[in-house]
Amino acid sequence: MLERIWRASLAPLFAAAAAIIISSVALLISGNDPLEAFREMWKSIDSTQSVVIIINTAVPLYISGVAVAIGFKMNLFNIGSNGQYLLAALVAGWAGAEVSLPPLLHVPFVFLVAILVGGSWALIAAILNVTRNVNVVVSTIMLNYIGIGLSAFLLQEVFRDEENGGLVAQTKVMPESARLPNLNAIVEFFGFDFAPGVELYGFLPFAIALGVAYYVLLNRSLFGYELRLSGMSADAAQSAGVNPKRMVLITLFLSGAVAGMIGLPFLMANPDFYKYGDAFPTLLGFTGLGLALLGRNSPVGIAAAAFVWATIERATQPLGPLGIPPEIGRILQGSFLLSAVIAYEVVRRRNDAAAAAAAAEATRAERSEPPPSATTVGATS
Amino acid sequence: MSFTIDATDVGTDRRSPFADNRLRIVFLVTLGMAVMSTARLIADNDDLTSSGTFGVALRTAAPIGLAGLAGLVAERSGTINIGIEGMMVMGTIFAGWWGWEFGPWMALVGGIVGGMLGGLLMSLATTTFGVNHIVAGVAINLIAPGVARFMASELFVGVQGGSVTSSPGNRGDIGEFTMPFLSGGDLFGWQTPDILGWLEDTGWFLVADFAGLGKGLTTSVTWDVVLAVSLFFGVAYLLWHTALGLRLRFAGERPSAADSLGVSVHTMRYVGMAFSGGFAGMGGAVLVLFANRYQENQVAGRGFLGLATMIFGNWMPAGTAAGAGIFGYAQGITLRTNPGDLVRALLLAAAIGLAVTAFWMGYRQSWRGVGWLLAFAIVAFWAYFSAERPNNQLVFVTPYVVTLIAVSIGAQRLRPPAEEGIPWFKGMQ
Repeated sequence: MLERIWRASLAPLFAAAAAIIISSVALLISGNDPLEAFREMWKSIDSTQSVVIIINTAVPLYISGVAVAIGFKMNLFNIGSNGQYLLAALVAGWAGAEVSLPPLLHVPFVFLVAILVGGSWALIAAILNVTRNVNVVVSTIMLNYIGIGLSAFLLQEVFRDEENGGLVAQTKVMPESARLPNLNAIVEFFGFDFAPGVELYGFLPFAIALGVAYYVLLNRSLFGYELRLSGMSADAAQSAGVNPKRMVLITLFLSGAVAGMIGLPFLMANPDFYKYGDAFPTLLGFTGLGLALLGRNSPVGIAAAAFVWATIERATQPLGPLGIPPEIGRILQGSFLLSAVIAYEVVRRRNDAAAAAAAAEATRAERSEPPPSATTVGATS
Repeated sequence: MSFTIDATDVGTDRRSPFADNRLRIVFLVTLGMAVMSTARLIADNDDLTSSGTFGVALRTAAPIGLAGLAGLVAERSGTINIGIEGMMVMGTIFAGWWGWEFGPWMALVGGIVGGMLGGLLMSLATTTFGVNHIVAGVAINLIAPGVARFMASELFVGVQGGSVTSSPGNRGDIGEFTMPFLSGGDLFGWQTPDILGWLEDTGWFLVADFAGLGKGLTTSVTWDVVLAVSLFFGVAYLLWHTALGLRLRFAGERPSAADSLGVSVHTMRYVGMAFSGGFAGMGGAVLVLFANRYQENQVAGRGFLGLATMIFGNWMPAGTAAGAGIFGYAQGITLRTNPGDLVRALLLAAAIGLAVTAFWMGYRQSWRGVGWLLAFAIVAFWAYFSAERPNNQLVFVTPYVVTLIAVSIGAQRLRPPAEEGIPWFKGMQ
């Protein structure tokens, strides 16, 4: 077990080291002291309220990562989660504010709308793939921008709250019954104190449940088995009786459905929002792609990646007044992502090569043949 | 490097793009223009095919076309390049920087350098380390805006007129070119007659429209755009008429075969990605030269749009150019004085065009997709008659919808390079 953890964290640790080195170089070139910068960053996250804010930021990022990870697991690249979540958030925000229901029905209703809208938008790409053989990467990219444009159009022309001012385009504010209460009481129960104005948003339990559901679906269900099999080898899956078209349809719908939930923490649990509008964050889908890559499509990995991402964001925010550009956070994030992607691939190829060599060794031992020259063994690397 | 094989032996693109059926293209272009002309007369909107509109269209098409070229060389040499968007962003920040420090021509060079850095970085991941191409491209797209923002905060903050989201502005103009005789350009100080302008003013069916197109493409074209247009011919020549081009395509079609004939697949894929990044970055520079400064989020999806034009154009330079022209036109009209009216007229043109295509296909007895075409035609007609004030956002999505439809109808006839997107290492089959 310990060895497994060590081997799994080797590549991320290497990537983190590379990211810190690259960022330090960038800071040095721009005439800043890296040591001072990192010390200041540590200072700004070293408090309970910082951790709470980081968790709040990480939750939607994490959902975004899980959304695309479902597709990544079977080499189905849903690049368009950004359009899916914007459309879903807009429609769910509007529908949630239009109806009046008791809380026990209202919350599931908003969820349902978001899931259906996000899933349906992704399903268009799936249907085009299954019936017209259109590449999913291509169609999701196109649908992404169509979704972004369409949501801007719908907000402006259809779902805009007419009563509330003419300047800002936004939907009506969601009623109390659709909101999730904050979790401050629970955190305070464990003996942590809050600064006034800081709260732990109430979406966290749903995010955790989503991760558990994703894990169970993937690793403890027939569908998950078929999904992973399709990802490892489409041919093997087909000869095992897996219907590839059905897999594409279901997987993309699920991916879009989860993407539809990316905006819900803002709609239902963030007092600054409770509505969809011009100020709504617009790039969470793209970030999620990176987080799924960092977290290697596992729920724990993505959660860790989202936490790191949000931590960097939080840590670099107060740097500006000190004369250090806060944008160094973007360099940290980017170099971390790229080094991690490369490190994972190198580790994977080495493991594959080692496994192949071991298998070859075993076969040779059976046949009691002499070992071949080194050139043929090295071919797989 | 002494092997000699004819270019026609590789892949299924047996003919050079220059040898395409020219008569058919001339016919199709004339037909398309006739449709536009009809729509212009019915909707009574001369701006639909005016030289001004076509001029702006060329201007907006250039960066999209360069992004398409970036996709073209990358994919022809075997790398699926989702990272064009990021490389364009790198291009904009370098162009903004060098344009401000050294002037407009250096902005162009800077853009190419910045994009190339992005391309080589991606190739390091995909070619040397064998990272999945989509994964690496996504990573580049996430990294580039961060790098750009960091550089902007270091370079432009605290400078007069500069900020973290904008460069202070380029040092001077790149200059422009107007064709003598055709569009009234100067020749050694003598103002030549403006023949196309006169034809355009007549308003004659089809004649005025072609004159508008010709004048638009030859009046006050900035030198960076001239360069971008000539690059299309350059790339077509490079890929289909030089040894390097043959090897580049070889690396994308049959890397193992290329390797067995002594072509270094990895070198070719690096070269392809260097070209790709350079074109993408130049596309970013063209944007910077247009706005006269670097602005954050200037690229705004044009990298992905370029990818779409390349797919729309079936991985061929001429098709990519056509796609870029159409998408550039769709984007360009939003910059005209009455975009709403133009969009309405364009809807009418689309409806007529779709209907004509559907009837033509019915006449030829090829019924596949006719129903869809007619359905879209009816939707477009309905939109023309019902829309009072078409929304800018709907214009924004048009290129993507067009590509999606084109890809859905023609996916079976599209032919990407055979082994693009597959990491290749020596010894692989």
